[in-house]
Amino acid sequence: MNYLYLLKRVAIAGLSVFVVSSVVFGVTTLLPGSAANIVLGTEATEEAVQQVNEDLGLDRPVYVQYLDFVGGVFTGDFGESLISGQPVAEILWPRLLRTLQLAVVAMLISMVVAIPLGIVAAAFRDRAPDFLITSGSYVGLSIPSFVSATLLLLFLTTPPLALFPKGGYVPPREGLVEWFHHLLLPALAMNTVILAYVLRQTRSSMVETLESDYIRTARLKGVAERNVLFKHALRNGLLPTITVLALNFGWMMGSVVIIEQIFAYPGMGEMIVQAIENRDLPLIQAGILVPTIAFITANFAADVIYTMLDPRINLGEE
Amino acid sequence: MSLEQQNRRAEGDPLLSVDSVDVTFEVADGTIRALRDVSLDVRSGETVGIAGESGSGKSTLALAIVRYLDANGRVDAGSITFDGTDLLSASRGQLRSIRGNRIAHVAQNPATALNPSMRVGAQVREAIELHQDPESTAAADERVYEVLDQVNLPDPEGIARRYPHELSGGQQQRALLAVGLSCNPDLLILDEPTTGLDVTTQAKFLDLVEDLKAEYDAGILLITHNLGVIAQIADRVNILYAGEMLETGPVEDVFTEPANPYTQALLATTPEIATNKDVKPIPGRIPELDRIPDGCIFADRCAFATEECRSGDVGMAAVAEDRAHESRCLHWEEVVANPVVAGERERVERTRGEAIMTVSDLRKYYDEGTFVQNLLGDHEPVRAVDGVSLTIHESEAVGLVGESGCGKSTLGRTLLKLHAVTDGRIEYDGRDIHDLSKQELNEFHSECQIIFQDPEASLNPSKTVRAIVERPLKLFGDRGPEARDDRVVELLDQVNLGADIVDKRPQELSGGQQQRVGIARAFAADPSLIVLDEPVSSLDVSVQASILNLLEDLCTEYGTSYLLISHDLSVIEALCDRVAVMYLGEIIETGATDRIFDPPYHPYTRALLSSIPSLDPHDDRDRIRLDGDVPDARDPPTGCSFHTRCPQKIGEVCETEDPPLDDVGDGHAVSCHLDEAEMSDPLDADITGS
Repeated sequence: MNYLYLLKRVAIAGLSVFVVSSVVFGVTTLLPGSAANIVLGTEATEEAVQQVNEDLGLDRPVYVQYLDFVGGVFTGDFGESLISGQPVAEILWPRLLRTLQLAVVAMLISMVVAIPLGIVAAAFRDRAPDFLITSGSYVGLSIPSFVSATLLLLFLTTPPLALFPKGGYVPPREGLVEWFHHLLLPALAMNTVILAYVLRQTRSSMVETLESDYIRTARLKGVAERNVLFKHALRNGLLPTITVLALNFGWMMGSVVIIEQIFAYPGMGEMIVQAIENRDLPLIQAGILVPTIAFITANFAADVIYTMLDPRINLGEE
Repeated sequence: MSLEQQNRRAEGDPLLSVDSVDVTFEVADGTIRALRDVSLDVRSGETVGIAGESGSGKSTLALAIVRYLDANGRVDAGSITFDGTDLLSASRGQLRSIRGNRIAHVAQNPATALNPSMRVGAQVREAIELHQDPESTAAADERVYEVLDQVNLPDPEGIARRYPHELSGGQQQRALLAVGLSCNPDLLILDEPTTGLDVTTQAKFLDLVEDLKAEYDAGILLITHNLGVIAQIADRVNILYAGEMLETGPVEDVFTEPANPYTQALLATTPEIATNKDVKPIPGRIPELDRIPDGCIFADRCAFATEECRSGDVGMAAVAEDRAHESRCLHWEEVVANPVVAGERERVERTRGEAIMTVSDLRKYYDEGTFVQNLLGDHEPVRAVDGVSLTIHESEAVGLVGESGCGKSTLGRTLLKLHAVTDGRIEYDGRDIHDLSKQELNEFHSECQIIFQDPEASLNPSKTVRAIVERPLKLFGDRGPEARDDRVVELLDQVNLGADIVDKRPQELSGGQQQRVGIARAFAADPSLIVLDEPVSSLDVSVQASILNLLEDLCTEYGTSYLLISHDLSVIEALCDRVAVMYLGEIIETGATDRIFDPPYHPYTRALLSSIPSLDPHDDRDRIRLDGDVPDARDPPTGCSFHTRCPQKIGEVCETEDPPLDDVGDGHAVSCHLDEAEMSDPLDADITGS
């Protein structure tokens, strides 16, 4: 592995976080209405407002507030909620963890289902299995997640088929089965589009790989078809899929807002909606920044996995 | 599949026997009959060549033998027998145990034929483990190193651990050959093994195949479009044209007394260096294979064709009594008696005018590194062009020749301001092009045009020929729409294209036609200088000849200057008045074309010239082989940059002092420490190095 290349990627990721936090700070600072009024209501006295401003550090010059905010982002300190007075981190972390559980389960489902299906479709290209899988994926692609969420909710949580709870969250320490039971439906709902997308990406890059010259070399060496697929094609054919997965991870963090609302899942998405309703600025800021950082991290991870799979990327600069 | 089919062939029976094979491909609008009635035999210890232009079906034949046709292709008739086994009816399991084990197929284009994410050693070892059942991992490794060593790869253990992209093109080709040789195959199929390699690398690869043939006693089926390669290493040759075998026989007989008009035309259209041969284009083009005309397939392009050639089946006629030499021609006796031959070239004396472009001490570095990297001093730029001085005169064709990676294309593009200059001066018409205003730069771009290697990639696929050729007229000219239309037709006529193609798009044209459109486009701007970057290297040899003749005529007619960039000395010789030989970003020899091809030689030029395979199968002069690969342009050798590979290296002076480009008479300059006498040995002198 090329460490200079990794270092460069880390630097780029760090820079991205810095830029995004600057933008978020700029936008939220420019929002109309003062924080003190949110805390105290519009009838507050002059002295009370001043007191709150002092408490929140809003009387300091803008650039000091800015540096303080960006510094906070890098150390995980987002200030305190204007409504409850609790530190934002304390509100955020448990919810973030729950959302991450949802996203990771969704991601795993799409990997475990979509990649093998994509490989099967490519291996049986233009034959019945391919036809079936590809047309199935079209259906998946054309159903938005809020529709599939509603449909799943309608058919699988109400009699006669009340197989799943209607929503909510059970922590894993209260029973893994229960935990998974609550998680599966929202994860599936998030998945329909992504699954189809990952499947199609896997199929097309595997098809392309299977047509390449080195696959011909392998077959003409006498390698059996199973090994052609798994030893020669898979590693090269899955590279683009990794990028797609990473990009989708970010997309999932966004779509989670709707899904969590529908399934009453106490995650980040639900928190952001509440924070916006309450105009709870620090919570809004954190709610925007954290998914963004997750997105950047996922892409960084994709880059690293790429370098491990494709020896050519070690060259770096080219 | 039964045991009877497995019986060993009798002594003297061919190892591989292809008998009257027909191959067809089903496509959307019909059936393509890619191979018709093709027969050939390969015996152990024998090298059989298949030669033909693109579209002749050479690779299809090779893939039919290993049963690897595309899903829409099938063998309709005939039989393919390998060592007693009927390959066409062999089961999948049988095929797997034959492929890679007894028949090795070495594909063209090694850069894509090796798995990019597997180490070279693992790719060789895979075949060994599949077929040889090695006792232990160590034994398999041992065999891997042995094979890599046999194909002359330096440091086999190091190479085995590398990935394909970490090898040079020549090394990749040898690694692919090692995969093929790893199980001691009985039959080795080499599909265009040297296409894309430099002549020096090609020469070494051919030597290697010769050596290995002696060692392995395998039969070799060699597929190539390069007749010189066949003449050098094949024992017998089969000439394939549009899916039919037109002539077959021992190489000596076919090359010295070809008995088929197509073979003769092919030989007459192949350039040879230092022979004054006037290459003769083959008229017409290869027929579409979805409608096979009745009679002889070559009749439409043949000078001997008569009425009887155009109907019925034309079979193989025995030229030699034992049928060792056969020709598919009704008039072969007449053809032998009155062969098609290339004439003597008459050099058109062009009077060269004033200097139009003067380059002094030009440098172009790539990847110069960031400020920090340079501050730390651990970064070296790629010195693509490193101190080149060159003058191009009016109506003069200057050739730039060298191996891939020597910087010749970069130089050509930098001259046209397509790349920024790192250091040095380019003067056009007496002015430094760096100082040109926007208006003047526009004029400069109209006066200096470029023609690229890949004609298809250089033409916009969504535009018609008319739009493509008209574009420079609109950009740089002041003609009205009708005058432009007339000019387009006139230009197309000058490049021998009919007005009927103006509404076609590039993909509807053949490669030769596309390059003609590219030439017409370049001339539309009425340029005074054209940079031709490998203009014919992606074209078939018969098309190549006509494009070179066309360029020659246009140069004489318009008085345009050319800078012709090519790795092929015969192309340079055909067109250029002066030649500059480049090595690692520097010009190491320059002079009038005939002076370059005669002594005194720079040792590098000598090696280039002597690496070109001759069309004469009897030519077995000693050839100079260069050791190793071209050094890294980030870190060129000190002193003379060629000293690491030079067979005539004197000693320390070569490593420490960079020899100046000294004039040895008549503007012929050589950059070498050798004295003139030492450089003046004839080309076939025995130079063994010190």
